[in-house]
Amino acid sequence: MSPVFQVQNLNKAFGGLAVTQDVSITMNPGDRVALIGPNGAGKTTFVNLVTGHLDPDSGKVLLGGNDVTSLGPTPRVRQGLVRSFQVTRLFPDMTPEEHLALAVMQRTGRTGAIFGHYQAKADVMAEVAELLRTLGLDHIATRKVAEIAYGQQRLLEIALALALKPKVLLLDEPAAGVPQSDTPRIEAALAGLPSDLAVLMIEHDMDLVFRFARRVIVLAAGAIIFDGSPQDVTRDARVREAYLGSYANDRSAA
Amino acid sequence: MPDASGPLLDQSMQTVLSVGIDALAYGMVLFVISIGLSVTMGLMRVVNLAHGAFAMIGGYIASYATQTLGFGYGVAILAAVVGTIIIAIPVERFLYRRIYGAPELTQVLMTIGITFCVIGIANYVFGPTLKTIPLPETLRGPVDLGFRSIAAHKLFAIACGVAVAGALWYLIERTSFGVKLRASVDNAAMAASLGVRTRIVYAVSFAVAVGLAAFGGIVGAELLPIEPYYALRYMVTFLVVVSVGGAGSIPGALLACLLLGAIDTTGRYLLPEYGEFFFYLAVIAIVCVFPRGLLGRRS
Amino acid sequence: MAAIETTSAAKPEAAARPNWLKRDLLGLAVILAVAAIGYFLFPNNLALLTRILGVALLVLSIDLVTGFCGVATLGHAALFGAGAYASGIAAVHFGITDPLLMVVVGAIGGAVAGIVSGAVILRGHGLAQLVLSIAVVHLFHEAANKASVYTGGSDGLSGISPDPIFGIFAFDLWGRTAYGFAVALVVIAFIVLRLITRSPFGMLCRGIKEDPIRIRAMGASVQGTLLKMYVISGAVAGTGGALNAISTQVVGLDSLSFTLSAEALVMLVLGGTGSLYGALIGTVSFMWFEDFVSAANPFHWLTIVGALLIAVVLFAPRGLYGTALTLADRFRGNGK
Repeated sequence: MSPVFQVQNLNKAFGGLAVTQDVSITMNPGDRVALIGPNGAGKTTFVNLVTGHLDPDSGKVLLGGNDVTSLGPTPRVRQGLVRSFQVTRLFPDMTPEEHLALAVMQRTGRTGAIFGHYQAKADVMAEVAELLRTLGLDHIATRKVAEIAYGQQRLLEIALALALKPKVLLLDEPAAGVPQSDTPRIEAALAGLPSDLAVLMIEHDMDLVFRFARRVIVLAAGAIIFDGSPQDVTRDARVREAYLGSYANDRSAA
Repeated sequence: MPDASGPLLDQSMQTVLSVGIDALAYGMVLFVISIGLSVTMGLMRVVNLAHGAFAMIGGYIASYATQTLGFGYGVAILAAVVGTIIIAIPVERFLYRRIYGAPELTQVLMTIGITFCVIGIANYVFGPTLKTIPLPETLRGPVDLGFRSIAAHKLFAIACGVAVAGALWYLIERTSFGVKLRASVDNAAMAASLGVRTRIVYAVSFAVAVGLAAFGGIVGAELLPIEPYYALRYMVTFLVVVSVGGAGSIPGALLACLLLGAIDTTGRYLLPEYGEFFFYLAVIAIVCVFPRGLLGRRS
Repeated sequence: MAAIETTSAAKPEAAARPNWLKRDLLGLAVILAVAAIGYFLFPNNLALLTRILGVALLVLSIDLVTGFCGVATLGHAALFGAGAYASGIAAVHFGITDPLLMVVVGAIGGAVAGIVSGAVILRGHGLAQLVLSIAVVHLFHEAANKASVYTGGSDGLSGISPDPIFGIFAFDLWGRTAYGFAVALVVIAFIVLRLITRSPFGMLCRGIKEDPIRIRAMGASVQGTLLKMYVISGAVAGTGGALNAISTQVVGLDSLSFTLSAEALVMLVLGGTGSLYGALIGTVSFMWFEDFVSAANPFHWLTIVGALLIAVVLFAPRGLYGTALTLADRFRGNGK
């Protein structure tokens, strides 16, 4: 199987401070990888480098074998690298149905059409209905997003990413801010992600990481200090030091 | 030089000099009026289109104080600055505070509304005619600088600009109020949590801004004549200065004023038939290249 | 509540999908009825009504970029004036005097101006965007003033004499033909814009207004979409300009002014942004009121407009139409 997503020797420094150091990751279709790390480890910078919001100082990003390092964020999305946001970014005045229809039409190149209505497009409506059903959002399909619960907004965030039929999905803390009672719904949605999709999840909640990921990458001070199975990660000395060290700092700062 | 090209060279030198002096005077007047706008826009992030209205109010009060009440020039300036601030306080309290943090469109509409009201009221009270503020004896007529003579009021305007720039620099860099102001411009929430009473900083800055606008309106009355549509006519100019210089930056505003003053004055001398075409072309070019202004901070 | 949307009107409630069609046909009927009432109530003032309809097209076009896309502009008269001058110059200098052709030329002129000003204005955000829009309209104004050979400069471009429409309906002294022509243009524009705002492209624009970062993350180009909307908006504004040139038979520099830009924006906000109905209601009420008050004293008019603006910002931020919708909803007791 050829890798669908490769990050090769990525480096980035702000001023003299190296925030990403020689980071390399290879992912195959169907991978479930969790990227973890203490606060300030450079996870956000990594996401921005990968999605094209920041230019790396050196290194490459490849999607399905194509070098996309010089491309901006939008063309990377079109090539199948889709992200979700840590804090939901949805359109408060639109309905879930409209969100998904817009995403489906965008993927199939039909958002340039200045006439016609999405509800008249049978294939769009069928796909939207399927997504709504999969994520259990069909009963609120025509409510404004501003009026639905936060957990449902997080599910819509995932549905929206799926509507773009990504090859690689970057999930930025998909369960952040969701009340405890709603996390099983999010986990179920994550478990139901297409099996050929490569998923890179950035997450703080270790329970979720252990249930979801088959591989864990630990980032500390901008560099990868661990890349292996979830079973081994807690036993790794460097990981313990990185985490417990920062935990102690957090406590003293608080 | 008893050269054949002497008189010609001399004449072009004279032109350059008079364009330069006019540009400098115009730029300094722009600076005095718009620096307050720049600081308040950097601080409160309000797109304030009514700033010129306060300059106009200052001009009207000074004109009334000299012409009708017979006060001297200095007293009139003082009365106008204080009077404008007194008028501005309730406006800030009841109208501006409602639009801090609102979308730009809302701010634009509110401040255009205030401008329209001020124009209508000014016309009702003072009539549609041009108002003059008679200069004191010392500022009338030319001043001989040895190599040439220059209208005294232009020199006065330049001196005022330099004085305001210096005073503001001292206020902001050397006083404790300046420290609070800079902290609030950088990060209002952080400043507030460090114990800076941002409301007071806002109110004082607004008052200083309005007072400077009034002062600039009087000092610049020879160049930007006082009449009811003043507030609308120069509204755009002041906004352009802030945008080109970068909101909240005093050196930026100074640079923008000198640059725009030079472009505008040169254009009027050399290509008067093009009006303000090149002025706005330059504005577009500068703002496109520096969307945050020449010396604006990155957010 | 910053969000002002007509789309709640267009949004299908779960039960009845073709609801919006009924509402739009009703809206169209109301527009035609108001137009007819205007004709019979003010037979001596048809010139004013025609001018209102011309400006209504400008306000609709501002609504496209400001209300539907969230671009703040104080320079939209550049597009209106470009249309007016394009059709006027076509008539005076190139002998294109067929009114329909003049409208087409005006729409093209407006669309071209839309590309130019959109390309400039969309480079900035916030204050920079506003200043760029102001600079653009001043630039157009000064350029038209300088090119007096074609535009007549500050004297205005006169001598526009359009042929009869379809060779049958001549433009009469009372302005009846012009009024009918104007109503037809506004109705056509309204229908077309209704379709556009509900189209996939219209949805994309609404998305950009609400969250451009999300739109980029969906793989869509924000700048390209906005520029396209600017072209459409320019065509609408240009049609309004052409209508003005045809009905008044002169084009003045004031059609390219900052003042007209600002006034038109005020009309839009008065009626309610993000709604085609709001744009129409705002234009009609503002201009009718202006005619009424400024006949007495133009400076009182300014004071009143200023006070009105402040009042709208403070008490009815959704405009007349938006506020009426809210009140109607509350009255019916069906907030949701």
